Formats: sequence, structure tokens, C-alpha cells
Amino acid sequence: MTSALEQLRVWLEERFGHGLGDAIRKKQVPRHRHSLWYYLGGMTLFLFLIQVVTGILLLLYYRPSPGEAFESVQFIMTKVQFGWLIRGLHAWAANLLILVAMLHMFSAFFLKAYRKPRELTWITGCLLFFIFLGFGFSGYLLPWNELAFFATKVGTEMMAAVPFIGEWLLTVFRGGEEVTGATLTRFFGFHVAVFPALTTLVLGIHLFLVQQLGMSVPPSVERAHRQSGQPLRAHPFFPGFLLRDLIGWYIALGILAALAALDPWELGVKADPFVPTPAGIKPEWYFLFLFQTLKVIPARLLWIEGEQLAVMLFGVVALLWVLVPFLDRNPEGRSGRVFTAVGAVAVAYIIGMTVWAW
Amino acid sequence: MASAGTEKGASPPGRRQLLGFLLGSSVFASLASIFYPILKFVLPPPSGELDSDTVVAARLDELAPSAAKIFRFGNRPGLLIRLPEGGYRAFSATCTHLDCTVQFRQREQDVWCACHNGIYDLRGRNVSGPPPRPLEEYDVHERGEEIVVARREQA
Repeated sequence: MTSALEQLRVWLEERFGHGLGDAIRKKQVPRHRHSLWYYLGGMTLFLFLIQVVTGILLLLYYRPSPGEAFESVQFIMTKVQFGWLIRGLHAWAANLLILVAMLHMFSAFFLKAYRKPRELTWITGCLLFFIFLGFGFSGYLLPWNELAFFATKVGTEMMAAVPFIGEWLLTVFRGGEEVTGATLTRFFGFHVAVFPALTTLVLGIHLFLVQQLGMSVPPSVERAHRQSGQPLRAHPFFPGFLLRDLIGWYIALGILAALAALDPWELGVKADPFVPTPAGIKPEWYFLFLFQTLKVIPARLLWIEGEQLAVMLFGVVALLWVLVPFLDRNPEGRSGRVFTAVGAVAVAYIIGMTVWAW
Repeated sequence: MASAGTEKGASPPGRRQLLGFLLGSSVFASLASIFYPILKFVLPPPSGELDSDTVVAARLDELAPSAAKIFRFGNRPGLLIRLPEGGYRAFSATCTHLDCTVQFRQREQDVWCACHNGIYDLRGRNVSGPPPRPLEEYDVHERGEEIVVARREQA
């Protein structure tokens, strides 16, 4: 058994070269009091893989047309064996994925992991986060229920406020002037083809960079080691770190299955464009702070409409966020402290607005 | 990884075996609990449509002598033929070779499968080409204005 495996390894190495095996054997992960945050990236990846598997399974039964979408999800939930589990996992893992990706992103921000030479790792990470938000937004509509229908109306309506190309964007995403079956088909296409393709590309770059550059060590830890003159502690990625990763994933899977079983994702009422919007239409929790900001901004500020102002504001903030590695010129000094403070305000704002809107 | 026990005071083989067994069986149980639902999910539930045993295939005045039509019999097509001398015959329209749908040919007075040139006579017997078995024949009854086709009791 072992010799057969060994033969296979040799056979593969003769063809692929030693690069991969060496990389895995030599890879080291730094060990210090902030190491725990290193596990969030792997956790995000694991949740994403769950989404790939459960998503492909749902595709076996889902039908992306307004006449059949709701019924096909209903069919999955009630008739297909373990359909409730697969859909529940997909819906719950989507939410956990966004949450863990957020934690991963903010931990990288506060530990200054974006500083040279990891600017591109940060940028690709931000892009992945935006793509995940796109996954969430497009996937929310697919069951074609009332909540999703109206949330999508509101969400896409915001696009019209984008300067210059707003109307064009609206038409492209809705597949017409209104949210209709055409919108459902488009969102389906984005959800199962466009976003997965983009993710594969950007995630590939992100992971390659992480392998190439290794894990970032926070400035405070680096400084302490410079002063004490001791080398940084590290442990091998394989098998120690990977096994710890596995334990985390195993627990996550257990939590997910428990959530899917104990708190099944609701299907709601089938969407009907010709009924009044029910009260209490809210987007998914991760869009709540944007939603609340929209509510608070006055309808008109000087010569700009409130909606337009909000959309431009979101756009500028998102752009600045992506460009943080280039704006924070001295992460270990004064500008670094300023950015930490700004980040703390951002977190407080997001949490505060989300709680307010709940 | 089994050879990693080079630390001093390595655990006795019995304990090691037990731990190996426990780890192996929990890994197996975990994988089983992941793949069992997936395998079950992949198999579609039985279709809701009842495979009824009788169906109205046509109205009495619908077919001229020496004409035929395809009708729905549950999920599958059936072939109803009105013979030149009057009277009806009904068969499963699914070719016994590779599941194509057969058709009645008026000029040749036979039942023909276009996929691989299989030919059945008007009793449904496979007379030429690749079909291995005759077509399944159904009973035909006239009930008022309707022609009713029924599956034969399996002998």
C-alpha cells in the first residue's frame, strides 16, 4: 500500500516536477499570539467549497424561470431526499461565508497584513469579498419569493442612481425596465456562471500570492522579535497547521448541519409583481448597513439627490478600501495608527447601523 | 504518519491500535454522513405522474381507416392504428431496439422506426431490422364516443 503510494508519488513528480511537493513540505506558518486569525482564510475557502458542492447539487433540480423557480425550490425542499438539508446548507453557508470573509478582511486590515509586498493579496481579497456580495445578492432572488422579489427591486433601483451609466446598468441587470422573469434568468447566469468564473480567477491569484509571499507577521510581533533578537517561531504547514484547519472545518460543518436541521431556511410566498409590497422588506443582514445609510441620508442635499449621494459615497469608500495598501504609507508609524482608528470607526459604523436596522 | 512515534515513551501498541481504530472509524462515519445525503439527493424522487392503466386515445370520428396517431400513455407515447378493414390496434410507440418513437406508414402498411430502419407488422411483430422484440400491445375498447386504450394484465 505504502509502496504503491510512493510509486504514484514518484510517477507524478517525474511529470509535474518537485515544485508542489517541496512547497508543501517547506511551507511554514508563523506562530505568535495573533496566529488564530490565520485560520479565517482557510475557513472562508472551506465555506466557499461547500457552496460549490451544494450549489452544483441544487442545479440538478432548480429551474430558473418565474413559472417554475419557486415550485422547483419547493420540490427540492419537500420531495427530494435530503433536499431540505442541501438547500439549508447552501443558504446558511452563504451567510457564514460572508461573515467569516468579513472577519478575515478586518483581521488582515487591523494586523496590517496589506503592507508591502502584499498589496495585491489585499486587493484580490477585496475583489473576492465584492464578488461574494454579488453571489449573495443574485442568489437571494433565485427562489423567486416575495421577499426576494421586492428586495431585488429596491437593490437594483439603487443602480439607477449611479452617475451617467445608471439607467444603462439598471437595464442590463434587470434585463428590462422592471424586475421580471428576465431578471431571474440574468441573476441565475451571474450566480452560476459569471461569478464562479471570476472567483476562480481571482481566488487563484489570491492563493498563489499567499503561497508565494507566506503569511504576514503583524508589525508588533516583528518589532518584539527584532528587539529581543530571537528568530520568529514557526511551525510546518503540513501536517500540523492543516490538521488544525481540518478541525476548524469539521466544527464548521457540524454547526452548519445543525443550523440547517434546527432552523430550516424558509421559502416564503411565491413572488407576485401585482401585489403591494408587504411591510418590513429588508435585505440580507450584510446589506443592512447600506440600507440604513440610505434611509438616513436626506432626500436632497444641496443640488444632489440623496440616493445619488449615497451611491457615490459607497463607491468612493469601497475604492478607498481597496486602495488602502497604497494610502497607508507608513503602516508601522503615524499613518498606520490613523488607519487603525479609521478602521475601528468603520467597524463601529457597520455594527451600529446594522443593529439599528435590525 | 504511523512511523511518527519516535518520541520518548512512545505509547504501547495496544493503545496506539485502539486510537487508530477510533480515528479511522470516526473518519469513516463522517465521510459516510456526508456522502449518504449527497447520493440520496442525486437520485430524483419518483415522478408524481401516475402511470395510469387506461387512457382515452382518440375520439371515435378522429381516425379514417388506414390512419394512425400517437397518444400519451402516462409518460410514454402510444400508437393507435385504425386498420384498413376498420377496427383498431394500439401499441407502445417505443421501439424495442433503442427507445425511438415508431410511426405508422400508410403506403407500406407497417410500423417503422426511423432511427435504425426497424420494421414491425400491423400486429406489432418485429419483422425486419434491429428490433429484438415485438411492440407491447394494448387493448382497445370503444366507450361511447371515445376510444379507450388499456394496458394488458401482465401474464
